[in-house]
Amino acid sequence: MEEIIHQELESQEYFINMGPQHPSTHGVLRLVLSLDGEIIRKVEPHIGFIHRSIEKMCEHDSYQQIVHLTDRMDYLSCHINNEAVCLAVEMGLQLEVPDRVKVIRTIIGELTRLSSHQLWWGVMGMDLGAITSFLYGFRDREMITDIFEETCGARLTMNYNVPGGLMFDIHPNFQRRTKEFITHFKKKLPEYDALLTNNVIFRERTVGIGILSKEDAISYGVTGPAARASGFSCDVREHHPYSYYPKVQFKEVLRTEGDCFARYQCRIDEMWESLSIIEQLIDNIPEGPYKAPTKAVIKLPKGEFYQRVETARGEFGVYIISEGQKNPYRLKFRSPGFSNLSALDHMARGSKIADLVAIMSTLDLVIPDIDR
Amino acid sequence: MDYEALKEYIIQRIPEAEVTQGSQFLQAVVPSDKAYTFLAELKSNPKTSFDYLFCQTGVDWPQHMEVVYHLKSTTHNHELVVKAKINTRENPEIETVCNLWRTAEFHEREIFDLYGIVFKNHPDLRRLLLTDDWVGYPMRKDYVDPVNMIAY
Repeated sequence: MEEIIHQELESQEYFINMGPQHPSTHGVLRLVLSLDGEIIRKVEPHIGFIHRSIEKMCEHDSYQQIVHLTDRMDYLSCHINNEAVCLAVEMGLQLEVPDRVKVIRTIIGELTRLSSHQLWWGVMGMDLGAITSFLYGFRDREMITDIFEETCGARLTMNYNVPGGLMFDIHPNFQRRTKEFITHFKKKLPEYDALLTNNVIFRERTVGIGILSKEDAISYGVTGPAARASGFSCDVREHHPYSYYPKVQFKEVLRTEGDCFARYQCRIDEMWESLSIIEQLIDNIPEGPYKAPTKAVIKLPKGEFYQRVETARGEFGVYIISEGQKNPYRLKFRSPGFSNLSALDHMARGSKIADLVAIMSTLDLVIPDIDR
Repeated sequence: MDYEALKEYIIQRIPEAEVTQGSQFLQAVVPSDKAYTFLAELKSNPKTSFDYLFCQTGVDWPQHMEVVYHLKSTTHNHELVVKAKINTRENPEIETVCNLWRTAEFHEREIFDLYGIVFKNHPDLRRLLLTDDWVGYPMRKDYVDPVNMIAY
């Protein structure tokens, strides 16, 4: 009798929709879950709700116009996305930008990474039921957005990079406020550990959950902290250094467990690394022009240019095919979120719905980045 | 394997491949019907072992379609760009590489969605970004949409 009941229960596989409007998807992502009781058998992501065909728009835009479109993809790493396009264009023009530009780009890039990780940390806590972390994360992130507002004129979609350099010079308060932020955040980061990292409930929900092996991470093209937690050394800053990264000291954070907690810990450790990079550079911004002279209409020579950068989520690639015109023939954005999402099904199979929330959280998906 | 050796190896394996050294990557243009066996060997051969497909792109040229594979080996740290040339713009077809690199599953769905290139033996070839009832392939150069597109 028991066996019959068991078989009856086993066979009842059913589907539910998670999203497109679900708080833990952080945007419009629809997941069709195939469930057996509470156990996930399959996750099928349905994306494209905010697809704007940015790649097609780029085919009609000049290179200066393309830069601001990348803000609207991964809005939490907007400065780094801008930098990728600018570096690709500069590569095509064989333009050497002044050291001042490289240093400022690197500092603001690391500040962007910090603010992205702070937001991720806040919402990760909230996804797992802790409201306090959300407030902590946003409190510290506010200081960075204030710095951005002062220097770049915007808080989120900054559009501070232009091909050849920066749109304008840094604000006189930039160095002082950044240093204030570093001293502030160095005191606050241990609080993050006290609140979540060493929390028993948090550990119960993350340790051993959603394991991704190194081989699978490579095969699925997972990059960023999510892949480094599985031991896949893929930090673009280390392997293909750009801007001022060749001259700063930092170590690539690697872990081997590959579970949710390892991905969490990777990002926390990356925040310390980012702080150290900013500290090395903030007092050593060289004097000089903030922009190399470029023509008003940029025409790249015929050829192909692939530039990759490390955003807060992973490897972001810009692939430009130029036919010598003022706009690209084809422009492809290899976005980290797109590849990271493809591994979600593999990671979530066999776990429970509540664990799926933790897995999605540690993948740190930004939906416009996936949909483009 | 350094780039010279890699170049030799490719020419030896596929004589009709055009191998050129670009400013960034070594580049091999192969016909679409030879692409799968070539890519499978690039992955499985321990001397090359290209285990990481970091970008897959569809390109629409005036006379033909192209699928571009950006490959990297995490063990040897060398990189290669493979371009599979499909000699038609009407019903283009190519073999899938899903079973070699799992990341290709999403990338190929996207390319099918936007360019209409059919990947044979793909486990789940459906539209990815657009709705299922969408007509046409928007990233093609000759695509027209009088409502959503502004003529330049």
